[in-house]
Amino acid sequence: MRRATLLPLWLTYTFLYTPVVVLVVMSFNRSDSPYEWSGFSTAWYGTLAGDDEVLRGLANTLIVAAGATALSTVLGTLLAVGLARHASRSRLLPALSVLPAVLPDIVLAIGLLAFYSLVSATLGLQSVLLAHTVFGLAFVTAVVRTRIAHVDPSLEEASRDLGAGEVTTFLRITLPTLAPGIVAGALLTFTLSLDEFVIAFFTAGPKDPTLPIVIYSMIRFGVTPEINALATLLLAVSFTVVIAAQRVSRLTEAL
Amino acid sequence: MRARLVLLGPGLSYLAVLLLLPLALLIGYTVFRRGRFGGIAYEDGRTGENFARLADPLYTGVLTDSLRIAAVTTLLALLLGYPTAYAISRLPGRWRTVALILVVLPFWTNFLIRTYAWIVLLSSRGVVNSALTGIGVIDRPLKLLYTEPAVVLGLLYAYLPLMVLPLYSAIERVDPRLLEASADLGARPARTFWSVTLPHTLPGVLTGCVFVFVPSLGNFVVPELLGGGHTVMVGNLIRDQFLNARDWPFGSVLALALMAFLVLLLMAQAWAGRRLGGR
Repeated sequence: MRRATLLPLWLTYTFLYTPVVVLVVMSFNRSDSPYEWSGFSTAWYGTLAGDDEVLRGLANTLIVAAGATALSTVLGTLLAVGLARHASRSRLLPALSVLPAVLPDIVLAIGLLAFYSLVSATLGLQSVLLAHTVFGLAFVTAVVRTRIAHVDPSLEEASRDLGAGEVTTFLRITLPTLAPGIVAGALLTFTLSLDEFVIAFFTAGPKDPTLPIVIYSMIRFGVTPEINALATLLLAVSFTVVIAAQRVSRLTEAL
Repeated sequence: MRARLVLLGPGLSYLAVLLLLPLALLIGYTVFRRGRFGGIAYEDGRTGENFARLADPLYTGVLTDSLRIAAVTTLLALLLGYPTAYAISRLPGRWRTVALILVVLPFWTNFLIRTYAWIVLLSSRGVVNSALTGIGVIDRPLKLLYTEPAVVLGLLYAYLPLMVLPLYSAIERVDPRLLEASADLGARPARTFWSVTLPHTLPGVLTGCVFVFVPSLGNFVVPELLGGGHTVMVGNLIRDQFLNARDWPFGSVLALALMAFLVLLLMAQAWAGRRLGGR
């Protein structure tokens, strides 16, 4: 009985991890074909380390993710606090704030492309950054609003009763109590922005591709085992980050 | 009043300019014609022909293909995801978190890389075909890649965690006293599952299905990379109208059709959720 219940779990894990394991194994392949094994080698990691396009893509991605995270964290936090205080009866404004997260990415992407073209904006890193801020703003607002719902409002009242001004209360009471939500929202935005492809594909322009765009053209136009090496590195990074985040959140829960 | 402006102003202005205005632009574009060099020809305005083109069998075919592929993906995700979520909920407490993390871990890896992995597995000289010919099951490689099943597989792989998570939290929330009561009254585990667990988790089933169906429907990367251009979904069509055919008005019509369908779906889900929750 117990065995039978666990069977689907093993099936799912096999499904989820077979492709991952195959990529990792194939990244150490000596052959020029990404599919056929012909002996162990780490040569493709060397090729990857010398690939300027990949490195530039990585740099572009980090710039966009950092910028979009900073911008959406500030805008999203203010918006979340504002919605909690001043729009408690409105259902329209909260709905607007989550719209970018539920809208199909391709619709947001072509809408932004149409807008940039209308105002004759040059497509480049700045247009991707502003585009990523749209969905980042939605995620930061959502996460911070959840945090606000669990915070005792009497803290802010006490601060004002004791004579602190609006700004002092915000900086010394509101922000610190919301900090875990703000950090969580920022991390989420950063991670999503690193991986985001569809919106960047439409708004990046030809000169400054982000890493996902570079990966896309590697897959479409020239598959070599170099991409297996890149895939393995990205897998290692994201697995480490997720597990570390899990450890940290368990640690903060314990405190 | 000033605090209100400082708090709400920046975020709402940002969304107004970079979200509402672009969407309004797409709605506006639908009534114009394609310009001679792409873009929009404003002087030839007020035409319903962009909407009429939706009825062209060429496009209705793509729309029904997209719906079928997204629906099959969702069904498979449910068939695999429900037993998985159920199994996780039966694990001892400390193993549940580990089991859940293992389900979502691949999800945090680059989407293109996850799709690419299936090219390595399914291509004619790929790992699956080499293994099958190696052990002598087949003589010639099977055509696995660039087929509709490959597209379904890729979408299933990409979005399965979005099915498991809401199902798990729904199964987790079923009151254990109900299960005990059912067992005390003599029901076998299978009977308890059909009469108690499954009906109580239907809202979670709905949520999971929407979570998988919605992103599957608009996806254009998986059909392109794993379908090899033979499988065209509505996302590919929208992309092509904007980047290749440069027919922005018709591309906007397609995008709005996609959105209108999703809004109807979400409304149906909310309605069904209320009915299921209220009994």
